[in-house]
Amino acid sequence: MWNGTRGIHRLGGAVVPEGNQKKERKMLQFLNNHFYDVEALRGYLLQREMSKVHLKNRSFTWLEEQHGPYSAGAFFILKQGGAVKFRDKEWIRPDKYGHFSPEFWNFREVPVEAVDASDCEINYEGLDNLLLLKELQSLSLQRCPHVDDWCLSRLYPLADSLQELSLAGCPRVSERGLACLHHLQNLRRLDISDLPAVSNPGLTQILVEEMLPNCQVVGVDWAEGLKLGPEEHEVPVFIPGCPWLKVTAPVTLRQPFPCPSSGLGR
Amino acid sequence: MIRRVLPHGLGRGLLTRRPGTRRGGFSLDWDGKVSEIKKKIKSILPGTPCDVLPDTSHLPPEHSDVVVVGGGVLGLSVAYWLKQLENRRGGMRVLVVERDHTYSQASTGLSVGGICQQFSLPENIQLSLFSASFLRNINEYLAVTNAPPLDLQFNPSGYLLLASEKDAAAMESNVKVQKQEGAKVCLMSPDQLRNKFPWINTEGVALASYGMENEGWFDPWCLLHGLRQKVGVFFCQGEVTRFVTSSQRMMTTDDEMVTLKSIHEVHVKMDHSLEYQPVECAIVINAAGAWSAQIAALAGIGKGPPGTLQGTKLPVEPRKRYVYVWHCPQGPGLETPLVADTSGAYFRREGLGSNYLGGRSPAEEEEPDPANLEVDHDFFQEKVWPHLALRVPAFETLKVQTAWAGYYDYNTFDQNGVVGPHPLVVNMYFATGFSGHGLQQAPGVGRAVAEMILEGSFQTIDLSPFLFNRFYLGEKTQENNIM
Repeated sequence: MWNGTRGIHRLGGAVVPEGNQKKERKMLQFLNNHFYDVEALRGYLLQREMSKVHLKNRSFTWLEEQHGPYSAGAFFILKQGGAVKFRDKEWIRPDKYGHFSPEFWNFREVPVEAVDASDCEINYEGLDNLLLLKELQSLSLQRCPHVDDWCLSRLYPLADSLQELSLAGCPRVSERGLACLHHLQNLRRLDISDLPAVSNPGLTQILVEEMLPNCQVVGVDWAEGLKLGPEEHEVPVFIPGCPWLKVTAPVTLRQPFPCPSSGLGR
Repeated sequence: MIRRVLPHGLGRGLLTRRPGTRRGGFSLDWDGKVSEIKKKIKSILPGTPCDVLPDTSHLPPEHSDVVVVGGGVLGLSVAYWLKQLENRRGGMRVLVVERDHTYSQASTGLSVGGICQQFSLPENIQLSLFSASFLRNINEYLAVTNAPPLDLQFNPSGYLLLASEKDAAAMESNVKVQKQEGAKVCLMSPDQLRNKFPWINTEGVALASYGMENEGWFDPWCLLHGLRQKVGVFFCQGEVTRFVTSSQRMMTTDDEMVTLKSIHEVHVKMDHSLEYQPVECAIVINAAGAWSAQIAALAGIGKGPPGTLQGTKLPVEPRKRYVYVWHCPQGPGLETPLVADTSGAYFRREGLGSNYLGGRSPAEEEEPDPANLEVDHDFFQEKVWPHLALRVPAFETLKVQTAWAGYYDYNTFDQNGVVGPHPLVVNMYFATGFSGHGLQQAPGVGRAVAEMILEGSFQTIDLSPFLFNRFYLGEKTQENNIM
């Protein structure tokens, strides 16, 4: 698991640890609650990890004047450990030591077509560098631990060119961030599988499909959110956009019920 | 058990002495003895309450450097920034006094939770931008080592403000100011609106402004909880009933006599009792929201001939606003922003299940009585629904699920916040009167007040147009985009 070896300071916190890790966490929590030194050490390590992420996402926009926006953006991605593909060229990937070939510095006018930023530590500030790539067609942000709803709201400048987007496995993306993908009207393929923060994957898939009619939304089987009730009477429920479906009640979609005339507080 | 054994042993003499029964039943009642010994050891160890002196743990401390009156999001934000910006860690003792720890009437919890940068004043825009970056990095600001990371449930869907013919020019100039300050807002024509949001009826709309980034809505309880658990301050549940002040008569440069007051004691009364605790303090912060005028009156603000600085009251009063939640299965989809209509009605989506919430600010003459938080459902039927149904035809068939009411701390002078010290009561600072946009400006205002207290002037965002003096001088800092 990508988060298994993060150590005692976990920034994401969205994935539940199992077994041994649970005991470890309990011990750590006990020590934290009873000793100021442990608390201070954990606080310091947390701050250090956060500043490491900040350093990785520092701005490379100053490279734009010298080498052009495409090379600057590509350099940022390659430094993070991702891969880039310039138009009509091969994929450039860093090797296991983090080294990559410097040939892309010569591609001043060649736009970047595809970026594979899977498992990279890109966050909101780092997107400044990614948004330099104005003609990006395919973006993969799979399993990025710091990509959250705020980051998704920043993707709209790529609306003219972006055709493929993958957010599979991002622990911080929820249905609220997916709602701001409606700016990307040229999107043809969207992958939203395996998003642990989405509360209702089946319903979210349906709503996203409605929002982006020209896009193929991949990821969740919408029927997995439905349960059969104790009496399985066949109530045809109309789901907009899918007139050929007949669904057995109860459905996880909310049904209107009589309005209570008194209502104080939430 | 001891009683039973002793006559036994005495009766039968020394020959029948049982093992372990030497001096008064050492091993008998072993469990009871052990628990008694444990209790004794626990009471001696540090960290446990000593029962010798009377228990005053519910009372606030007797001395405090700063007393914040009001434990809502603004009060907690000021307390948080005071602790962040103090020069020495633990150098300042801050006491937050909140009358109702369930926050049942506090504006923070009953708020719709929106944040937007579409204001006409540059200061408001900057405050909102700062708050957006605070909320975005909330887990860095409010990180507590053992607690799980905060999830604000932020919906970055943006605000869509619609303008009719007569307001279009004002909207254009506002958007220009907003873009200058760094907000990402774009103008849309009715055709573009219909393209993007096909469920809108653009009749009567000349122009629309749409916030693309840093705008949306979030869960105010989460922010409140996050601030409460992080901030290392004293909390007290009680009501401020009295300020003890000392005055000094001084001569201004124009040879006028002025009485400067300074609060040196705050009386905090406990709930459901007559017991009160006088707290000696150096600075008092008035963040009491809808009830700020009462706190100001306690300090003697406004007690003087009208038209003078002494006679200028704090023009903040509670105004009741309703929020209705309805269900509409054919309503606008997931991408719906918070739409504010030309008539002042607004609505937004709530969750995934085709529920929406919204409301409308009533006109001056129709202001409901703020004595309680009862909801008027006729207001929805007559004043809100027609406008919503006109703007979004799908809302012609909707079913109201629930509704609630909350207070705006409404500034009757110019509907903008009051921030900074009072000119005559020298150690009372205000952070109130935001008339419905207090939640979204709380982080920025908290920082500004903390800077004013610690450094003597505003450092990051200059909020001088929001000082108290403007009520006396009659200079309005009017905000045009109030919902």
